[in-house]
Parts: sequence; structure tokens; C-alpha cells
Amino acid sequence: METLFFLIISLVAIVSAILVITCKNPINSALALIMTFFCLATYYVMLDAPFMAAIQVMVYAGAIMVLMVFTIMLLNVRVDATKKHAHSILFGLIIGFFTLLNTVIIIFKSRAALPTGPYNAEMIKSVGHTELIGKEMFTNFLLPFEITSILLLAAIVGAVILAKKKI
Amino acid sequence: MANFNGYLIISAILFSIGTIGVLTRKNAIVVFMCIELMLNAVNLTFITFSRYLGNLDGQVFVFFIMTVAAAEAAVGLALIIAFYNNKESIDVDDVHLMKW
Repeated sequence: METLFFLIISLVAIVSAILVITCKNPINSALALIMTFFCLATYYVMLDAPFMAAIQVMVYAGAIMVLMVFTIMLLNVRVDATKKHAHSILFGLIIGFFTLLNTVIIIFKSRAALPTGPYNAEMIKSVGHTELIGKEMFTNFLLPFEITSILLLAAIVGAVILAKKKI
Repeated sequence: MANFNGYLIISAILFSIGTIGVLTRKNAIVVFMCIELMLNAVNLTFITFSRYLGNLDGQVFVFFIMTVAAAEAAVGLALIIAFYNNKESIDVDDVHLMKW
């Protein structure tokens, strides 16, 4: 049952990802990308990470994609069907195929390490995923967390400066 | 628990589709969305390995990747709008000011 569900979600994810790169209208691409993000959130739930699924839906499908759809509608670029692709599709397909081949070979040929950490499914269910993530983030990863705030500050300043009248 | 290879293969497929989109599309916003797709494929790999190894470090890294993606969306879309104000176009082929 779980395998069947996984296959259905995989089908939806791959079809919508292909729609992202084949649709002529950018709005359709954005909607297909939102569908892919929801499929990824489903994967996160299946991997016992419900908090990450919530963050995925809120931050990606909520904030970032709304920003993109807003930009697409603001610019209102007309769809030009004759000049959709920049470069040769053949080159892109060859490079994408070799990327896929390389990754799949690595997945099947490599030997993974044995599980070492203390977090298994029962512990995550009993303690709660959000609490575990919070403990991890505010103890071991406190310094990267603080540096992230500086990154966001730089992004705010950059966006404000770029949005001025004259560049 | 289901096998973890399936998640990794889905992640690889999504990453390859994103690569093809970045290399072949002409619209700058669609190129941008393909980059987001690649970032999400990497996120799926991180969470899969984090779950397999029983270690939460990968999930914290997914947080940081999401932060970088949000910053990238804000600045990148501001850049695209500034470019559109100058050139009346968002085709990546029109960005050739520094082309040799």
C-alpha cells in the first residue's frame, strides 16, 4: 500500500516537473512547480519529517512561489512561442541524461554507511519532530543559525537597493 | 519502512529535469524556477539520508537551504525586474553586455 502510494506520488511529481520545463506560459510552469513542491512535502511526511513538510508548504509553496507568480504577473511578458528555447535542446537533454546516469550509478554502486544516529521512527513519534529539530538547531547549529540572519539582512538590503528607480 | 533508493532516484530525476530546464529555457523566470526545482531535489536527498542515518543534521541543513532560496528569490526577482525596466525583455539571450 505504501509502495503504491509512493509510486503515485512519484508519477505526479515527475509529470509536474516535466510540465515546469515544457509549458509555454510561465504561469503554468509556476503552478506545476507548486504541485511538485506539494509532492515533495508528501515525501517528507513519509520520511517521518512532518515539520519539514509544513515548512516546505508554508515557505516554498506559500511565500517563494507567491513572490514568483507576483513577478510574472507584474512584468506581464507576452508569450512568444517561436523563441521558447535558448540553446539546442539536444545539448540540454544529453547533459541532463548524463547527470541522471551518473547519479543513478552512484546510488546503486556505492555502499552506504550503517545507521549511527539515535533518532529512529519511534523516538521521533514519541518526542515530537519539532522539538527534536529545535533542540538540534539551537544547540549544535547556533552559530550557523545566527549567520543566516545576516544573510537575510543582506538580502533585504539588496532587494531594496535593486528596486530603486535608477540602477 | 520503504526502501530509501526510491527517494534518491526521484531526487536524481528531479535534479536532471531541473538541469535540462536551466540549460534549454529562454525565459529568465522559468530558469529561476528550474533552479528552485534543483534545490528541492537536493533537499529531498538531505532528508532521506538524515532519516536513514538517524541523524538530524541533514534536516537542519535543509533549513539553511530554504533560507538561501528565500534570499535568492528576493534578490533574483529584483534583478529580473531591474533588467526588464532597462531592456523590456526577460530573455536570457538579451543579457549580453559582458559577453566577449
